Amino acid sequence: MYNGGKILFGILIFLALVTFPFYNDIGKANVRPEPKINTPEIQKLSEKQCVESQAFMKANHMTLLNEWRDSAVRGGNRTYVASDGKKYTISLQNTCLRCHSNKKEFCDTCHSYAGVNPYCWDCHIAPKGAKK
Amino acid sequence: MSINRREFLKIVGASAILALGGVAIADGIDKDNLEVSQFLPEPGALVAGKWAMVVDVRKFKTEDDYKRVINACNSIHNIPDFGEPKDEIKWIWTDTFEHAFPDEYEQKYMPASLERMPFVLMCNHCDNPPCVRVCPTKATFKRADGIVMQDEHRCIGCRFCMAACPYGSRSFNWRDPRPFIKKENPDYPTRTKGVVEKCTFCVERLAEGLMPACVEASNGAMIFGDLTDPNSEVRKALSSNYTIRRKAELGTGPNIYYIIGGTDNA
Ligand code: HEC
Ligand code: HEC
Ligand code: HEC
Repeated sequence: MYNGGKILFGILIFLALVTFPFYNDIGKANVRPEPKINTPEIQKLSEKQCVESQAFMKANHMTLLNEWRDSAVRGGNRTYVASDGKKYTISLQNTCLRCHSNKKEFCDTCHSYAGVNPYCWDCHIAPKGAKK
Repeated sequence: MSINRREFLKIVGASAILALGGVAIADGIDKDNLEVSQFLPEPGALVAGKWAMVVDVRKFKTEDDYKRVINACNSIHNIPDFGEPKDEIKWIWTDTFEHAFPDEYEQKYMPASLERMPFVLMCNHCDNPPCVRVCPTKATFKRADGIVMQDEHRCIGCRFCMAACPYGSRSFNWRDPRPFIKKENPDYPTRTKGVVEKCTFCVERLAEGLMPACVEASNGAMIFGDLTDPNSEVRKALSSNYTIRRKAELGTGPNIYYIIGGTDNA
């Protein structure tokens, strides 16, 4: 065998580099995001309820937002009647983000976990000092 | 292994039934929650058969009269000030008689005061809007109430509409507008680099039962209302004053009317 040592060394380096992403992530990634709902506006609610049921919102809030957008901007209808009959004024900034004023601890924790980066905030204004 | 014709048909039949059943179930899942939800207009919204505006030029007397109206729009809609005319974003702005009404300007012997005075200009919300015709994504479209609306979500920034509009009513965001907005209105979105924007007759305010921002700030110099209603303020103003419209000869059917006074009225 010629240069056996060098080849083995090379293979070792190769393996180390290829597996880097795996051992680098050990213990890090799988922390489930826990969107916080402890905003002042939600604390005021007698019934801690979103526009639709939690399961529905978790799975479908992006489609709901698309429907809201098209209804308000294209259809001119800015009142949403939820499936429980409650009425909401359609607005991303003034309805969703009024309750979920903690965008960082709410929307963003999930989104960075899922690796999505909605471009809405290029235009829509997120609440300032999104804390409390 | 081989199967005969009979077995093959059985399998095909069974899988077809399974597939159809699957579709039906998936349909049910999709609809489960939103079946009874619906979209309605806001309760106190202002509605019209066709919105139009009358600008009473006689009532614009001082510099402040123009500024007040333009600032009302700019601050509510987060309009940036780049400090550079070539990048300017304008929903409502002023220009000279010569530029606003080139055909009428051919008459050389008009009052000097008119020649020098600024006119407030904005989107004309045309009956036959050329911008809508050329838009490849339907980002700009005409609503049933006559408003030529701009859906920023669909705008791809091709700027065909800007070439088509004979009034210069559309502005393109060459740069990120955010750093140039003096005081952000947190209730209204900004725009972003690469989209076209313009006056929307304040659809978001009409939906809340409010008059357009410029009209509200104009102290009666701008009148807004329903052109299809003979008793509306705009129809009253139009029936008691002679008015002109910008470049109506182009066939666009502009819906902003100007009451032009002479020196007598000024
Ligand atoms: C009236 C206040 C209110 C409004 C308005 C509101 N939410 Fe919620 N939202 C809540 C509450 C409270 C919860 C927690 C519900 C629960 O735990 O059952 C929640 C939950 C959610 C969840 C699920 C979070 C999770 O833990 O899975 C999402 C996603 C969400 N909201 C998005 C939105 C969006 C998008 C809008 C605008 C269309 C919106 N919300 C408007 C109060 C609100
Ligand atoms: C429970 C976790 C969770 C919360 C909380 C949450 N999102 Fe999401 N959101 C997601 C996931 C996951 C996706 C990606 C879904 C996909 O790509 O199919 C997503 C996608 C979106 C999209 C579509 C993005 C795109 O590029 O298509 C929008 C818009 C959005 N979310 C808005 C919001 C807003 C606004 C809030 C806060 C009010 C919020 N979301 C809160 C999990 C969440
Ligand atoms: C290019 C700028 C821009 C981007 C990007 C953008 N929007 Fe909008 N959006 C607007 C403007 C302008 C309006 C009109 C506001 C009005 O008429 O009240 C609007 C209105 C809306 C409305 C209805 C009214 C309101 O006040 O909320 C919804 C819902 C909405 N957008 C959702 C979204 C979502 C979700 C995203 C991201 C997936 C998004 N938008 C991205 C500019 C933008």
